[in-house]
Amino acid sequence: MPREGILIEKPLERLSCEQVQQIHDASIEILNNLGLLCFNKNAAKIYQGSGAAVSKVSGSNIPCWHIKIPEKLVTAALDSAPCTVTLGARNPDNALVMRGDEPRVYFITGSETNTWLDVDFPTYVSKADPKKEIKIPEFKPRRGTVADLCDSAHVCEHLETVDGYIRTVNIQDKDINEDNKDVNKYFACLNNTTKHVMSGLTNLKQLDDVVKMAEIIAGGRDNLKNNPLISFITCLVKSPLQFVDDTTETFMEVCKRGLPIVVSSSPQAGTSAPIKEAGILAQINAEVLAGITLGQLVNKGTPVLYGTVPVRARMDTLGDSYGSVETSQYNIDCAQMARFYSLPNYSTSGVCDVKIPGQQSSIERLFSDILVTLSGPQFLHCAFGLLDCNSVFCLLQAVLDNAHFKMIKFFLKSPGINEQELETVKKQIRDVVATPQKMFINYIRPVMRTGEISPPYPFEGEGDSDSVFALANGHLQELLAKPVEHIDRATTAKIYREIPGLLPRLNVYKGG
Amino acid sequence: MSSNIIELIRENVIQGRVTKDDEGIEEGMAGQPGVTELVEEALASGADVSEVISKGLTASMEVVGQKFETGEYFIPDMLASAEAVGAAMEILKPHLQKSGIKPKGKILIATVKGDIHDIGKNIVIILLRGAGYQVKDIGNNIEAKDIVKAVREEKPDYLGLSALLTSTMVSMEDTIQALEESGLRDKVKIIIGGAPVSEEYAREIGADGYGADGFHAVSVIEALNDSE
Repeated sequence: MPREGILIEKPLERLSCEQVQQIHDASIEILNNLGLLCFNKNAAKIYQGSGAAVSKVSGSNIPCWHIKIPEKLVTAALDSAPCTVTLGARNPDNALVMRGDEPRVYFITGSETNTWLDVDFPTYVSKADPKKEIKIPEFKPRRGTVADLCDSAHVCEHLETVDGYIRTVNIQDKDINEDNKDVNKYFACLNNTTKHVMSGLTNLKQLDDVVKMAEIIAGGRDNLKNNPLISFITCLVKSPLQFVDDTTETFMEVCKRGLPIVVSSSPQAGTSAPIKEAGILAQINAEVLAGITLGQLVNKGTPVLYGTVPVRARMDTLGDSYGSVETSQYNIDCAQMARFYSLPNYSTSGVCDVKIPGQQSSIERLFSDILVTLSGPQFLHCAFGLLDCNSVFCLLQAVLDNAHFKMIKFFLKSPGINEQELETVKKQIRDVVATPQKMFINYIRPVMRTGEISPPYPFEGEGDSDSVFALANGHLQELLAKPVEHIDRATTAKIYREIPGLLPRLNVYKGG
Repeated sequence: MSSNIIELIRENVIQGRVTKDDEGIEEGMAGQPGVTELVEEALASGADVSEVISKGLTASMEVVGQKFETGEYFIPDMLASAEAVGAAMEILKPHLQKSGIKPKGKILIATVKGDIHDIGKNIVIILLRGAGYQVKDIGNNIEAKDIVKAVREEKPDYLGLSALLTSTMVSMEDTIQALEESGLRDKVKIIIGGAPVSEEYAREIGADGYGADGFHAVSVIEALNDSE
């Protein structure tokens, strides 16, 4: 049985049917009349061979083609792209089944940050009253390592609201290089979580080794096809409207192998896309449709996710403002567009602008987490633990996020109102009103232990103290102390025999 | 027989089952005798009343308290158990004197004039009865003169005054003043409680104690009881 996710019975939608059609029409017009620049020769050839208008751009320093994509190619791609995409898992019970026409949301981590944030709780003594001591969290950034990635995957394995795992930290150890990064990245993730693992590729040369590793774990090529325990994400289109050479090549190679892949575009409203909502929507939709079309031309029927990571620019720095209200609006709109095409949507929430956990972080991430979840994207990259616009990862924040998502999941339970229930409660009301104390407390008890009552916030301190960070850190240490369900010894040995470049220190069986 | 029924009383207090119709925490208990039926049965079979109280009721409330401390039990569980003990004590009341058991104390309780909120007061009543006190509830929105009258007639050991509103808490002071004027203030210990009041306010108006919540109210009265 796959993971359940959370079904949004009435998804939040901001666009009318007419507006959805208008955005679609505008995107088609952009693809057909304006077209895209393509810096990948093979992609240009494929488009040319499929009936797109392709012309070499003269005067460019690097080879570049101008591609105009006719509507019929897009329509055919939308017809052949599967409505249902299954993301498998090392433990098949953790598989995710995403149907483009069903707003069932799965919460997944991400993204790849350079910085890892440690937390410490030094004691401060009051100058006025030396007997008075308080512990204040202190956050210390450092470069992420493969050991951090293992810890992160391990903790996310035990965070119950995390449905799948995107590698959270860029591994920057001295013995990691372009030629061994991908295999070590995937192995560190797969060896520390039994949930689905998604990542981008650093070097296309490692794709086959990564796929082979997954085949060994899954028990063969056919088993991997049925239970694709890994998937990929590529930003093949750089906004505005440009197919990037290397990521487009990676995208096409993954499509050839038939493994699930996210066609992701991340325009920034104000800089790489129009500041107006209509503009960024028409553009991001065109960019994703162009990618999906290419994927279907490469391998008809290959599973793709409609991946959208729109963001508004900050007015003070022109950097990304994931915490802005508009960013949530764009994401909600994109979920609606993906549903219009019956394709599973990869969406984003929870990314905040601030650099450390705290009030701003909680406000920004909870705002988008709630609203974007309500819009019903199937694959919600909800930024567990991410800070500073996706550039910092903090495990403590991931633990706090898990508590947020428990609340969100509870909120989204069905109301459970029916005739039988109403008869029962009417009797309760009659009975209680007849008593001198007129209290319903006795009726709490039957439902108190069935999960029908939302639990209290798990990191509530005592009295007037705010102990959220200290309590969450205590929980984090408990999670880190839990056992890890590693890949078994024989499979690990086979992986180490057949996959070059794996770091010996990641082999948990090396001692015996 | 006697030890068996006391053990059943103990189990059912821990389960918070007042009567046979109540569900406990464990499944499948509804329909089996609850605390009231078991206490009646114990009396009919000639069980020792002091043993019923000490081994059946008091000891089981200690277990309930421990379960609450460890997080296994919640407030509704505590209240259900306290209610079961209170119901048992009501049945045992006529038998206390002839068994040589001294009652723990009599408490009058009211929500003061202008205030109709009584959830807090009702919870305190359940907990006090569960702790073995005889509690008389004189209601909500009670004028000072009526509280004075009740104190004169009932001669309680303690008087509990409750208020939820900042606008009605002042009636507590009026009530204490009225008791002073009628010469009854020294005859009764006064404990106040409710969201807007505090330890400091209790001192200001001349009350003897302040209960921050239901459990605290019980422990304040227990402490006053022990000091006498």
